[in-house]
Formats: sequence, structure tokens, C-alpha cells
Amino acid sequence: MPMKIGNENFSERVGKGISNSFMRGAVAGAQDSIGARRLLAVEELGNWEEWRSHGEEIRQHVLENLDYYLEQLSENIAKRGGNVYFAATPEEANDYIREVIQKKHAKKVVKSKSMVTEEINLNANLEELGCEVIETDLGEYILQVDDHDPPSHIVAPALHKNREQVRDVFTEKLGYKKSSDPTELAQHAREMLRQDYLTADVGITGCNFAVAETGSFALVTNEGNADLVTSLPKTQITVMGMERLVPTFEELEVLVSMLTRSAVGQKLPSYVTVLTGPKEAQDVDGPEEFHLVIVDNGRSKILGTEFQSVLQCIRCAACVNACPVYRHVGGHSYGSIYSGPIGAVLSPLLGGYDDYKELPYASTLCGACSEVCPVKIPLHELLHKHRQVIVEKEGRAPVSEKLLMKAFGLGAASPTLYRWGSKLAPSAMNPFTSEDKISKGPGPLKAWTDIRDFPAPNKERFRDWYNNREKGESKS
Amino acid sequence: MTGKIQNRESFLNNIASQLGRDRLKEPVKRPDWKYAPQDKVLTGATEDDLVEVLKAHCEKINTTVITTTKAGLSDALNEAVKNYGGGPVVTWKDERFTHWGLHDLFNNEWSVQGIDYHEWDYTTGDDNIQLAEQANVGITISEYTLAESATVVLFSGKDRGRTVSFLPKTYIALVPKSSIVPRMTQAARKMRELHLDGKTVPACVNFISGPSNSADIELQLVVGVHGPFKATYILIDDL
Repeated sequence: MPMKIGNENFSERVGKGISNSFMRGAVAGAQDSIGARRLLAVEELGNWEEWRSHGEEIRQHVLENLDYYLEQLSENIAKRGGNVYFAATPEEANDYIREVIQKKHAKKVVKSKSMVTEEINLNANLEELGCEVIETDLGEYILQVDDHDPPSHIVAPALHKNREQVRDVFTEKLGYKKSSDPTELAQHAREMLRQDYLTADVGITGCNFAVAETGSFALVTNEGNADLVTSLPKTQITVMGMERLVPTFEELEVLVSMLTRSAVGQKLPSYVTVLTGPKEAQDVDGPEEFHLVIVDNGRSKILGTEFQSVLQCIRCAACVNACPVYRHVGGHSYGSIYSGPIGAVLSPLLGGYDDYKELPYASTLCGACSEVCPVKIPLHELLHKHRQVIVEKEGRAPVSEKLLMKAFGLGAASPTLYRWGSKLAPSAMNPFTSEDKISKGPGPLKAWTDIRDFPAPNKERFRDWYNNREKGESKS
Repeated sequence: MTGKIQNRESFLNNIASQLGRDRLKEPVKRPDWKYAPQDKVLTGATEDDLVEVLKAHCEKINTTVITTTKAGLSDALNEAVKNYGGGPVVTWKDERFTHWGLHDLFNNEWSVQGIDYHEWDYTTGDDNIQLAEQANVGITISEYTLAESATVVLFSGKDRGRTVSFLPKTYIALVPKSSIVPRMTQAARKMRELHLDGKTVPACVNFISGPSNSADIELQLVVGVHGPFKATYILIDDL
């Protein structure tokens, strides 16, 4: 799927999210458990702030010298016999990959989880060629089998589904006959996918980090799927976002450690795999042919702007797991494969304000995201910057905010109107009020009260209370 | 053979212009980083301390540790394989197995016990993969072992197939005590030294910490997804 998911507007998406009580429970539970594990894993180090500062200085240095490191990376990959293609647009990336696939007469492709291939809508492009494209990460596999249900979390894509739903999908689509026990479900996926690895013509992966000095790159998984994807098919294609690299193995190590602690609270996951070029001449397993596709797709437009620091991101989703808004609305509400605070910053930059102008407002600016970010991206400040750009440069605040400001402007501009309005409020709200709470508000209040109660206007206005207090008559 | 690079110049020129400068032509010097938090992990730990750290973490990642000596290795490995239900067994072709006294176990004892054994042999090509896929146990050797995360580090090569550690149902790593280092930092530095010394970095370096697992369904841990269901490290005390 492309970066944009679905055609519903923001409030329809949020409405669906809010009313999906399983999803909300699952997200809250996941945030709590992953959040606690993350905290344990980073506190154990004793000097996490120093790690964050180091992570930040590495990522900033790479971005400032990005052209140099990409050139070095490509030279070193070519020296090892790998091919490198620089793709400015999704079309260029897809065309190149399709060409490789066609030259190989490939019929079956196995893939390990990759956000950038989602971003360029690679699967659909390859399916058009008549290729069978199989996602091998368990979460991605479940979503793919379920008629391409979109991911709702960067690290745990099928978080919004419960085990019964997964069982039903497997029963309907794969002839599965066992229980909803995750172990049995995973076993079934293992059996199905094992044959696919052995018979696939091409393996496609993303890239957690490339290493410029040696032309290497690292893949991080717990399942081991990336290892089978990169050791069994004869041709391998790796797709990376152009900013995902480090100078040497020494910086790779630091960022991998920070990624896995931040993502799931692990010191290291079960598998970190560092690959350099295609297999060596006498190796039996590993690809005979290797292609690295480096994708820009709007990233270069972010360089040199006030949003540059968002490119420091290492895709750990710690910000997603800390976000109180994500907790309530869930991943699909963002309408983008990138959800949560990082999604709210990145999606408008890569996909434009037309589709994503509401996302910077899906935040309370509480700063929890910035606080957990392992590479110190000031996420909530960037959300605030987006709002400034939307209002000042683009002249298009969301409709609700405009109306509210207009009404407030009108009401506050004239003392008479203001006095009248604040006097009228308690009685106007009377039909909606019970026990000093408004649970079903009218008009603009509805969006708020669908989710939570709103305090009813005080029966005594502040102005009246103040005047009465001056006169010594106030009750409170 | 050198690979092809396509579409590079316009792509990188655009990056430089976005950054408001010309393309960088001189090599960028690796900075003296202001921070080095990785050097503070397990500093001052003795070899024995590191062994304890490794063992403690193995418990958390569902991995069995057996400690033995070079003299006891053959029996310990035989026992571990039997505990996993016997053969078929697949191993790398590696002289270290012979140096550590395993030749007889692999080539004689197991056939007496009815345990099928295959030694990876690059001359027979993809047959190795078929045999690994049908194997019950895969056995490989750790180059560096990271105490902090209980991780074994494997180098691929012509007789050291990558899939020996992934395709069989269970996995056993042989860990010389001298291979233990505090964390990934030391292994990364050694890999970089290989490169700087003009040696070839292996096409595949695997950092493996325990068996394969997933938490993709309701965040419940499932052990054994695409790779092995179980893992054992055999720590050889006097190597």
C-alpha cells in the first residue's frame, strides 16, 4: 500500500478508532507493557541521557554530510559486487525493481518488513507484473492475508487485531483448523512460509542502517524472517530511505542498541544481521546478485529546513508508544503508514498538507514523544512548527479551529456580545447538562464530548462572582 | 566483479544543494564524538563476571547454557543433541571442531547411535540447504560472544553456511570462554579493525541472541517462528 491509507477524512477515521473498543484496549495495553519494558531497558544503562546525546550527534553528523556518506556507501557496495540505484521518486524505484524482477523472470518474491517499500507501494507494483509477493514478518503476513489490512503501528503492525480475528482470517483464507492460541497460529504461518522461502526467486528487505565505510547494512528482527529472505533466494533487493546510514560499524552498534531498547525494551533482539554485498564466490547460501535501492521520495526537501531533525529518526516507535493521543485514536486514524507523533510530523512532509494537515493538531503538545526519542528529535516542537506553517504560510487552519477562533473573535470583540454570551451559556447548555457535566454536547462541542465529558459552565459567571465578592456577597 | 551504480550524481547534487553547499569532495573525517556511553557498560568486569552476566541473560531469553571443558565437550554436546531429540544434525565444516576433540563424535559415535550427521560442504551446493532444512539440530561456533545481551556472533564463509543456524528446528552454539566480550561495542570494533587491516568482512555476520520469537499476536511471546524453537550455548571454560 502507499503511504496514504484509506479515503476517509480525518474525523471519520478518528471516529472509527474511538469506537473500536478492542483496539483501544490493545493499544493501551501495548503502550503500558512496551513502555514499562523500554523504561527498564534504558534505566538499566544508568546514563541514558548520554546515550541519547550520542545518538543525536551521530545522526546529525550523518545528515550534515549525507552526500559524502551515500557516495562512500555506493562505492563500497559496488566494490563488493553489489549494484546501487539512486531513486529520486517512488516511480524510479519501482521501475528499477520491476526491471530486475523481469530480467530474472521471477514469479515469487519473499519480503521482510520494510516501511519504505510500503511508502513506494512496491507490492502492488510487483503484483501487477503477475508476481506473487509474500510478507514474512508474522504481523505483516496476517495483514496481507486479511486482504491487505493496513498496519496500525510501526513496530507491531497487527496490534489492532485480537487472536480470534487472526484465527478467523487464517481459517477463511488459509484453511486453518486449529485454535486461536498465538503459538498454534504462529506455527501455521511458519509452515506456510517455510515453503515460500525455499521456492522464492527474489528476496526483498528494508534496511535498518547501512554502513558507509564497508558498504554493509544491518537488519534487525526477532523472528529470523529477514535471515531466510536474505539467504535462500538467488537475488536480493534491499530498499533504504536515503537517510538511514551511519559512518562505520562503531556507530552502527550504538544505534542498533538504542533502536531495540527503545522499540521493545530488548538489549538486542534475537537476530541482528550485518550483510555486505552478495555472497562470496564459494558461499552456498546468500544471494548471487544484490541490489540496493536508495530512495529519496521527498526526504531531500526536508534537508536544510527547520524540519531537518525529523530525518534523525531510527523508526523505533518509542514516541508512538508514549503518545496519549495515539492511545485513544489508534494507528489507522493517522491515515498514513507512519502513525503517532513521528507520523504526524513526517506524513505532512512526505505526503503534503492536502492529505495530512490535521495530523499536527492530533497532539496535546505534552512533549512525551520528545522525551522518549532516542535521537532527541524535538517532535512536539516540530508539530508546533507545522501548525505555524499551516496557519501562517498556507493560510489554512483546520475548519473547526477557524470557526472557533472566528466565534471567539466575534464574541470577545464586543463587550456586550461577550457579556451576553457568557451569561447565556449556562442556560443554553442546560438541556445537555447533568451533574455539572456535559456528556452530549451540541455543535462544535460534540467532537469533544463524544470522547469525554465537558464541565458545564458555572452558574455564576466569573464577572458576577468578582463583583459580588467585592461587595462581600459571594457564596464561594 | 564491480557492481553498477546508477543515477547517483543528480541525486547527490540535489542533497548538497538542499544543504546549501557544494558536493563534499574531500573525505569526511570521522568526528571525535563528544559522548561515548558504550564504553561505560560492564567496564572493569572480569572474564568470570562476564560469564555470570551472560548466564543471567540467557535465562531471560529462553536459552540453555551448559558449561564444560575441552575434555568434556564431546559428551556435553552429545547430551545436548540427545536432549533435543537427536538427529539429523548439521554442522559447519570447521577445523576447530576437530581441534576441540569432536571428530570421533561426529564421524563415528553418532552413526553408532543412529544420529544422521551432515557436515556443510560447499562443493555439493544447494544440497546443503535441503539437508539443513530437514535437520533437527544445527551447530555453529561463536567468534565473539556478547555478555550483556547473551549474543553469539557468527561469520559466514564457504564452509560456514548461514542457514545452519536458521533452518534446523533447534540450535546449538559452541562458545569458547575467550570469545566473551562485554557488549556489541567490542565486536563492532573488531569487525571494523578487520576492514581497516585490509581483510574482507564476511558477506554475512549474524548476531544471534537465543531462539527465534515473535510477539505480533496480542503481544504474547511465541518462541520459534521462522528460525529455531530452542537454543543452547555450550560454554567451553578452558578455550
